[in-house]
Amino acid sequence: MSENNVRRNNQGPMRSGHEMSGPVEKPKNFKETMSKLIQYCKSYLPAIIIALVAAAAGTILQIVGPDKLKDMTNEISKGLPSLIGGVPVMNSIDMDAVADIAWLLVVFYAGSMLLNLSQSLMMATVTQRISKRMRSDISRKINRLPLKYFDSTSHGDVLSRVTNDVDTIGQTLNQSIGTMVTSITMLFGSFVMMFYNNWIMALTAVGSSVIGFVLMMLIMRKSQKYFAVQQKELGRINGHIEEIYTGHNVVKVYNGSKDAKKTFEEINSKLYHSAWKSQFLSGLMMPLMGLVGNLGYVAVCVVGASLAMNGTISFGVVVAFMMYVRLFTQPLSQIAQAFNNLQRTAAAGERVFEFLEEKELINEDQKQKQLYNIKGDVEFKHVKFGYSPDKTIIHDFSARVRAGQKVAIVGPTGAGKTTIVNLLMRFYELDGGEICLDNIPISQVPRENVHEQFGMVLQDTWLFEGTIRDNIIYGKQGVTQEQVVAACKTVGLHHFIKTMPEGYDTVLNSKASLSEGQKQLITIARAMIQNAPLLILDEATSSVDTRTERIVQRAMDQLTHGRTSFVIAHRLSTIKNADLIMVMKDGDIIESGTHDELLKNAGFYAELYNSQFEQAA
Amino acid sequence: MLKIIKRLNSMEWLQAGISLVFIIAQVWLDLKLPDYMSRITQLTQTPGGEMSEIWKAGGYMLLCALGSFAAAMIVGFFAARIGASVSQRLRSQLFNKVDSFSMEEISRFSTASLITRSTNDITQVQLLITMGLQMFIKAPIMAVWAVTKIAGKGFEWTAATGVALFLLVAVISVIFAFIMPKFKKMQVLTDNINRITMENLTGLRVVRAYNAENYQNDKFEAANEDLTATQLYTSRGMAVLHPTMNMMMSGLSLAIYWIGAYLIDSANAMDKLTLFSNMVVFSSYAMQIIMAFMMVVMIFIMMPRAMVSAKRINEVLETEPAIIDGRLTSGKDGMEGEVIFNHVSFRYPGASDYVLQDISFSVKKGETAAFIGSTGSGKSTLINLVPRFFDATEGEIQVDGVNVKNYTQEALNNKIGYVPQKAVMFKGSVSSNVGYGDNGREAASLSDVQKAVHIAQGTEFVEKMAGKYEAEIAQGGTNISGGQKQRLVIARAVCRKPEIYIFDDSFSALDYKTDRVLRSALKEETAGVTSLIVAQRIGTIMDADQIIVLDEGRIVGKGTHKYLLNNCGVYREIAMSQLSEEELAI
Repeated sequence: MSENNVRRNNQGPMRSGHEMSGPVEKPKNFKETMSKLIQYCKSYLPAIIIALVAAAAGTILQIVGPDKLKDMTNEISKGLPSLIGGVPVMNSIDMDAVADIAWLLVVFYAGSMLLNLSQSLMMATVTQRISKRMRSDISRKINRLPLKYFDSTSHGDVLSRVTNDVDTIGQTLNQSIGTMVTSITMLFGSFVMMFYNNWIMALTAVGSSVIGFVLMMLIMRKSQKYFAVQQKELGRINGHIEEIYTGHNVVKVYNGSKDAKKTFEEINSKLYHSAWKSQFLSGLMMPLMGLVGNLGYVAVCVVGASLAMNGTISFGVVVAFMMYVRLFTQPLSQIAQAFNNLQRTAAAGERVFEFLEEKELINEDQKQKQLYNIKGDVEFKHVKFGYSPDKTIIHDFSARVRAGQKVAIVGPTGAGKTTIVNLLMRFYELDGGEICLDNIPISQVPRENVHEQFGMVLQDTWLFEGTIRDNIIYGKQGVTQEQVVAACKTVGLHHFIKTMPEGYDTVLNSKASLSEGQKQLITIARAMIQNAPLLILDEATSSVDTRTERIVQRAMDQLTHGRTSFVIAHRLSTIKNADLIMVMKDGDIIESGTHDELLKNAGFYAELYNSQFEQAA
Repeated sequence: MLKIIKRLNSMEWLQAGISLVFIIAQVWLDLKLPDYMSRITQLTQTPGGEMSEIWKAGGYMLLCALGSFAAAMIVGFFAARIGASVSQRLRSQLFNKVDSFSMEEISRFSTASLITRSTNDITQVQLLITMGLQMFIKAPIMAVWAVTKIAGKGFEWTAATGVALFLLVAVISVIFAFIMPKFKKMQVLTDNINRITMENLTGLRVVRAYNAENYQNDKFEAANEDLTATQLYTSRGMAVLHPTMNMMMSGLSLAIYWIGAYLIDSANAMDKLTLFSNMVVFSSYAMQIIMAFMMVVMIFIMMPRAMVSAKRINEVLETEPAIIDGRLTSGKDGMEGEVIFNHVSFRYPGASDYVLQDISFSVKKGETAAFIGSTGSGKSTLINLVPRFFDATEGEIQVDGVNVKNYTQEALNNKIGYVPQKAVMFKGSVSSNVGYGDNGREAASLSDVQKAVHIAQGTEFVEKMAGKYEAEIAQGGTNISGGQKQRLVIARAVCRKPEIYIFDDSFSALDYKTDRVLRSALKEETAGVTSLIVAQRIGTIMDADQIIVLDEGRIVGKGTHKYLLNNCGVYREIAMSQLSEEELAI
């Protein structure tokens, strides 16, 4: 997952028009996703409906405006000198009438603003609340899905749903629904008002706008094509840059610069051509909108004037139409944009719902049996397992481990050593057979209860941003400071922690520089606090150097004392004294026994073991 | 940003100049339009006006509208071309600059940051140039010109427009003053959400094993609450913007007409008609002015982001690479494959502590020298000095009897087959990856590639892949496993037929068996090539001709495995931690 992917959607406060006219990602099933979205927003529906009604009402008030302004213009033009029967006559303006209309308009405009304001405030609030709920739901969902899901999905993918997709929904929903309603109201409202005022003028205005829009659509379609090309080339060049920069060392030493530059310039020049074309075409939108507006304006002025001259209409109508033309053309492009936004919403929503609808772990509330105070006997009975149903990798494995024994799992990289951990912890369910703890099959007790029996230290030291103490206690209830200190003393961390600025309250983040070994010691202390009867150590020392390893090894010996432990190890010397060694290859357990037994067998283990001493011939 | 503008070439300046002419033409035409409207108004209201006059005025209006569009099109055309060509050049300059960087500059900026600078930041600048040319230049011209046009037509109206304008700018500024800081904060809060989610995802097994799901959820909820609160604030702020702007515009038209009524009422008969037409036209101009000002405001909002991007781009362009190319293209005769370190010390620029201190040793042609030590002992840094990822602070490093600084980088690199710690793969095929680069000879043939893959123990898996040697490799090599990548990367070094191999901890990803077989094959097939190996495992290096033990940047032992076991404490400690005494066969 690259940094770029995560950031792809991080727009500033103002999205520019250029970004808006880019190609829109299309949802697979617009209707279905939208109905899911409505279902999801159910509790907010009343608020949304009120907001939309307010939007419509506010828009209607706005549309009446020009009509009133027309009356006002007419009142004013009454005050102009006119010819009556060939004689100029001076008239005066009825100032009271003007003031009446003006005040009415003030009320209309103010009302319209209030309604629109409340609409946008409500929509903003509602969409943010919905986004918040989505984020929470996704986050909770993460912890309810089987691990299988995550082993086949990239983290970046899940992450991008939590942030990018939810953000997109938040932004587009907010903009699109309100705009859609006001624009449609505006369009129909001004349409009706225009015809109500004068049909000839109305036809003129609508006709000229439609011509303009056909033009606009043509250009838009064309620009979409170039935009797609530009996006593709941009993706290619960014990919190339990422690749060359990350491999800078290799590129330099292998004298690959010349080649890299050549490829770069090739893409760069293609990008230039598609970039200016798409920028140019999408940049035309604004002037084109202007042209459409102006065309309507000119048409209305000319036709209006000629009608006014022969007395068919009053001049106020012309004034009103000058405004209606703008009110009419404006929403057309807004509707197109709002629809694009809704499509974005749907595409993002589709991904979010897809995740939320993933099959969850089976609910285990009805399982009554509990593991309590167990000794730590483990038995594998005819275990059968495969990651996919059609490919069984462990065919029939049986073994007994007595409490306090040490079990080692060895094998070359990629042999599937972590499978055993996945099965023991019930991260994956068996396809056949049973694993028993103290003779109770683990499938018969709730998962949490199984987890409670294990402490775990993994190769990737996993620490979160929080204090050292929080990292060590990690979710366990009722742990005292003394216990934490005792654990840290045992693993030999106490002194180091004391030297940190805030001691146990030091926050671990990217700034706190802990060595790999120290991190590993913290996770060992964590397992110690857990004080579980069984223990899993998954290559816990392979990421530290050999000298640190001895310190960590010492700490782990302390930890394994008196516990049944499962050790996955790279270095065979550390597990020679194990009570049981399971040798894995290609996913299956091919041998098991003690070190001596296995050496005597002269099988795969023996080969593996001996290879580390042989000199390169 | 100014510095970026200075980078425009004469062609672009010419285009910008032409754009300017057309911008002025466009503004002139835009402002001419209401003039004809005024003419029409007068005609309709003048008793006995001619219909043909109206058509004529209408025709001019149409011309203005079309002309303005044509001008805008031309401006847009040049703006897009300038923006695209500037960004093309900047991108290329950045790419070349980064290519010339050594590890030192790269780590100063960090690779991730360099990538963002070459991609996102450039896009930002391009956007600003394209938009800026069209709006930033046009808006002020428009605003000033429109103001002069209406200034004479009635003080009251001008004042009303002024007030509306002031209110509008004030409202926008106030809203942005309040929400801008929140926008900045939002990035941090989003990162926070990302971090916690990522934490949960990477630690999935731990979270479940410790039944800490609720703990994670609580943490996420807290971050979610923070983010939502901020987003509510900003989106409410933005929500106020639109209705207010609408209100102002409608209000202004109303005000102009209302004031107009009074003005006309109190004017004498002759002026009434002029005033009336002025009134109708004035509202058009007023809108133009407001639009122009709003554009300026938008640009001020957009500006800071692009400025930051421009600054970041300039930072890279202004950095001078520390590695300066030498001139020699070949080493001394008879000293091929020799590597000599002569009292070499190294520290990072600005750092006070040495990473390496007083390192001296020499390796002869065909010999293997291995470096071992704990993390932070400087072993990787040491071998990185040979291909000049860094230059030694003191002392000198000789390859083939010549100081590495005196070679051209290309000539030096031709002698070296380097295998990094982290396997780097390029998008392409198996053979394009193995035969990667240029070694001063002709390009690698298929049989070269096959042989190299064979030595690196990769034949089996490569021939199982669909397409075999032409099998596709995804970007970053994500479609093959870590061990497979490592073998291909080693094959790449072999394929280069170098004088010196440098293995920077390249064998750790391989299991013991493959490790051993591979090294045997290397020894057999590429005899006479000098090897420098950094390793963690004693098993990997115990047969080296010379093992150099490093501790805190100094050499603490030098010799063969047997010699060091008996004479070097640090070495014995490392050895004992990996193998038991009888295994070490002391």
